[in-house]
Amino acid sequence: MAAAQPDAQPPAQPDGPPLIELRGITRVYGTGEAEVRAVDGVDLTIRQGEFVAIMGPSGSGKSTAMNIIGCLDRPSSGQYLFNGVEVAGLSRDQRAVLRREYLGFVFQGFNLLSRTSALENVELPLIYKGLGRAERAAQARAALDKVGLGGREGHDPSQLSGGQQQRVAIARALVGNPMLILADEPTGNLDTQRSHEIMDLLTRLNRDEGITIVMVTHEEGMAAFARRLVVFVDGRLARDEPVAPRGQGG
Amino acid sequence: MLWETIRLALQAITRNALRSFLTVLGVVIGVAAVIAMVTVGQGSSEQVRASVASLGTNVLMVRPGKQMMGPGARESAPAFSLHDATALADLPAVQAVAPIVTTGQTAVFGNANVATSVTGTTADYLTVSNWTVLRGRAFAPGEEAAGAAVCILGESLRRALFGAADPTGAVIRLKTVSCQVIGLLQAKGAGAMGQDQDDFILMPIRAVQRRLLGMQDVSTLSVALAPGVSTARGIRDVEALLRERRRIGPGQEDNFSVLDMAQIASMLSSVNAVLTGLLSSVAAVSLLVGGIGIMNIMLVSVTERTREIGIRLAVGASAAQVMTQFLVEAVVLSVIGGVLGIALGLGLAFLAAQIMVIPFSPSLGVVALAFLFSGFVGVIFGFFPARRAARLDPIEALRYQ
Repeated sequence: MAAAQPDAQPPAQPDGPPLIELRGITRVYGTGEAEVRAVDGVDLTIRQGEFVAIMGPSGSGKSTAMNIIGCLDRPSSGQYLFNGVEVAGLSRDQRAVLRREYLGFVFQGFNLLSRTSALENVELPLIYKGLGRAERAAQARAALDKVGLGGREGHDPSQLSGGQQQRVAIARALVGNPMLILADEPTGNLDTQRSHEIMDLLTRLNRDEGITIVMVTHEEGMAAFARRLVVFVDGRLARDEPVAPRGQGG
Repeated sequence: MLWETIRLALQAITRNALRSFLTVLGVVIGVAAVIAMVTVGQGSSEQVRASVASLGTNVLMVRPGKQMMGPGARESAPAFSLHDATALADLPAVQAVAPIVTTGQTAVFGNANVATSVTGTTADYLTVSNWTVLRGRAFAPGEEAAGAAVCILGESLRRALFGAADPTGAVIRLKTVSCQVIGLLQAKGAGAMGQDQDDFILMPIRAVQRRLLGMQDVSTLSVALAPGVSTARGIRDVEALLRERRRIGPGQEDNFSVLDMAQIASMLSSVNAVLTGLLSSVAAVSLLVGGIGIMNIMLVSVTERTREIGIRLAVGASAAQVMTQFLVEAVVLSVIGGVLGIALGLGLAFLAAQIMVIPFSPSLGVVALAFLFSGFVGVIFGFFPARRAARLDPIEALRYQ
């Protein structure tokens, strides 16, 4: 980060158009006595180009909110506009198309296909987009270069370190040119140094590529890389505040 | 896209090669069994058809006694004579009659000593039974009348006695009779029941009667009907004449039997078809069991790869795409089993054909059918696991350990 140009710093709160608008989003599991309101009437707007960290104790509803934002889950009630389009009522397959075209996922456990080369892992979303083989390989290579793994295309996940595996996963999230990358505890399985490398990578993607990033974490240190912090408690938004630019030591 | 999916399926299959092999073993065995059964069945049907043809069309076998087989009154019924043969030959419905008498004998030539059967008959036998003289000649009328000690050899017997040498002109010994070889028959191969048709000697019937048996009986009359004469009319005419000659009054039962050989052969062939069908359907059941094996492993595979499915769904695979992937995997698996099974089945059928001395006649239709059927098994038994995969909840699937 020492090489970063100070004058290239974008504003702390980008005022692009809203990318994610949650209005009164509620997600209920079970019925009757066993009813659990995992997310309870959440209003949240995230604009294009933001880097948001979501924190909260376990069971606070942050993962459920992530799943709804990621179109993996549907809210029980409420409105969810993604890039201005109502998506709360979309079918399974419609949501799959949405994920394919606009979203990228990064998970705590990397979730790479085992015994499958890094290149093929990164190609995966492109297969479902219906791209040809050569084009897929080219785009996947470019994505791997971007995360600093050029030259390791043929490696299996088992031949890569944890940090490298997470880079492959980021390349996979990146390869479809998403508007939004959702990272669920991306550094949870990594030591501090690797964690910082991954966070630097995400920061760079946010700053240089303008990709909106929403990240769930339970580490204050990782949340500090974001520009905005949202804290969930008991299914509700407890805090929503900007993050001070990171210390000069970074 | 489909090719892509097939490549993906092959990858998944080779990733777990041993298990994939064991999985398809059921289909391999099922398909191999069906192919082997049908191919062997067809070979033996062909054999039957060929021996029907070798019997000649429209040939009647006339024997003394009521029945051909079983506990008949044949022993007590009087035998035919050569006069019966001449009288039958005069019927307008009859083209030729070969009187036949057979006896088991040991043929000796030099050091070779072979047990065989001797058929005493006339040159008409060659016409009636569709034999061709390959080398040498048939009996001359003079030889027939005089009962000359001449003989024509079947191919198997020739090989046993003479090996590679040319037998014509040689003299072999039967009992105390020295017999000159004047001809050699073209080989016919195995008969409808798998017997060797070429292991015999032809001699003029009078020679056999007088020199070998010391009697005048004729045991069988082989009657070729004239062209255009129906089998029914031929049987009627032959029966009428023989009843008259054997002085059987009206209302009395025949003491001889007339058999339509073509009929017997076609019956044999239909028995064959039924047997083939039965064995094939038993084999088809094992194919079904193989399909269930595939379903079982595909279900295990879906459970094992729950996380993988979750990843695929998360990056934007539609339910249909996931379903297609698993369905194609099941189909590719069972088609691989089908191909291996076809190869194995044809191999087994080839071996069986060698051992049973029947023609090896693989049918493209059956192979194609087995191939399609194995693909079909994949679709049927892959459908349920594939649907289960497609219906997984991506969140649950990603969380699955």
